[in-house]
Amino acid sequence: MEIKVCIGSSCHLKGSHRVVEGLQKLIEENGLSDKLDFKGAFCMGLCQPGVSVKIDNEVFSVKPEELEEFFEKNIKAKI
Amino acid sequence: MAIRKFDTKVQHLKYKVLREVARCAWDDTLLENITEIPKKIVPGKTPTMRCCVYKERAILSERVHIAMGGDRSKSNVIQVIDIACDECPAAGYEVTDSCRGCLAHRCEDVCKRGAISFDHNHVAHIDKSKCVECGQCAKVCPFSAIANRKRPCQNACKIKAISINKDNAAAIDDNKCISCGACVYQCPFGAITDRSFITDVISHIKKSEGNTKYKVYAVVAPSISSQFTYAKLGQVITGLKEMGFHTVIEAALGADIVAQQESLELVQKGFLTSSCCPAFVDYIKKNFPDLVPFISHNLSPMAAIAKHIKAIDPTSKVVFIGPCTAKKKEVMDEEVAKYVDSALTFEELQALFDSRDFDITTLEEGVLDNASYFGRIFARCGGLSDAVAQALKEHGIDDFNLKPCSCDGIEECRVALLKKSKNVLDANFIEGMACVGGCIGGAGCLTHGEKNKAEVDKYGREALEKTIKDAVSVLNIMK
Repeated sequence: MEIKVCIGSSCHLKGSHRVVEGLQKLIEENGLSDKLDFKGAFCMGLCQPGVSVKIDNEVFSVKPEELEEFFEKNIKAKI
Repeated sequence: MAIRKFDTKVQHLKYKVLREVARCAWDDTLLENITEIPKKIVPGKTPTMRCCVYKERAILSERVHIAMGGDRSKSNVIQVIDIACDECPAAGYEVTDSCRGCLAHRCEDVCKRGAISFDHNHVAHIDKSKCVECGQCAKVCPFSAIANRKRPCQNACKIKAISINKDNAAAIDDNKCISCGACVYQCPFGAITDRSFITDVISHIKKSEGNTKYKVYAVVAPSISSQFTYAKLGQVITGLKEMGFHTVIEAALGADIVAQQESLELVQKGFLTSSCCPAFVDYIKKNFPDLVPFISHNLSPMAAIAKHIKAIDPTSKVVFIGPCTAKKKEVMDEEVAKYVDSALTFEELQALFDSRDFDITTLEEGVLDNASYFGRIFARCGGLSDAVAQALKEHGIDDFNLKPCSCDGIEECRVALLKKSKNVLDANFIEGMACVGGCIGGAGCLTHGEKNKAEVDKYGREALEKTIKDAVSVLNIMK
């Protein structure tokens, strides 16, 4: 599974810093480091209410405060 | 209208050439229009700048050539247009007709070389075989009757890379020149100019086919906050995207990376000079070879952030946009060319906007936020030292006593380097900025004003991230 977090200006202002750090922590805690390809992107051209996170070919809008729920539902459950 | 966007009419003329060249480059009609551009800029038969329209057009033809990259076999990006050089007087100190033939003769008394004599009307004369151009006589004359006839280009070039050739035109010694562009900004005839790579940038954008073949990234220098003052910064960002850049990233994030690493290198080596300003680095290499080992091994902020962009997106094209002519030379360096594809100045960006007839003041405001306060203040003199002090603090290093020497302009750089080479410099970090004021004083700026420093500081305070560590943390994703 490939996860790409947008770190462009618009997402940065919406908290990509917190999303990157949060995801790194969650991935490590769940021992998923080897099963995931974790990357960054400078703007995916899809500015949304939250931070753009692309999982394989699907783009999600993730708010930092909803990160854990997102991780459980879209990453942990699908791996 | 457009003229208000610049400090001088020379810049405006250069801009008109760049704009026309860019217009043709977008339409792929440059080759058939090369000879038409001078006629378009100078129509009719009435000269407005020189002796006749034919000379004006001949000079414009040269400008068109330089706007298209000039002589690509040359490494220097600063070039003299011989036929545009007005061969200004360069006789040094001369007595003008303001001399009233007074009784005091302060000029004579102050001259240690005995170079001043008086004619039967008591008017002073300077014996050029004795004069050493110290300027003391000019200083003491109560009528300001002694003038220094020095060419503006030579006056601007503090490193003395400009001489006068056998045809009486200015000549640049490429072995001395550091490409800072001071002469470009100061020559009142626009006879010295910086080669432009604007057509390369247009080609990168066009061939990307709307960022589908590959993506084109704009990396903008933090000094942009003091530029394009007739519009909002967010509108400039939107304008860049409308023009075809995939996205815009702050070079200041590269500055955050540099501050973080440079502070550690400083502690390790005990003495360091900065490596952000390419003209300063070039100056050390050419004049103080013994100090080369002390130049920070970090890439410049531009190259540091571009390296990250290329790591995330290897097929991308990266275009740096800033105030600097020396950056155009830096991107030719093998180590930097891997990361940055082209460099533009703010002057050239203005021409690029107008070549597409964009009125950026009508655009919506985009956002630009990648860096911290400290990365952003690199744009003005002293900012780099502040950032290194902050980085030391963030690293938890409190047993290293940072003693920075912030050099404002290449003359101050020279003094500090000279002291260091004689081991009498009371500092362990030289922040070298070739332009007075720092990057905001760069030759490629649209305007240079008193408020620019305040604008940069204001922009710094608007950054979301307050520490260097927080700004850089998003890049840890690549490890």
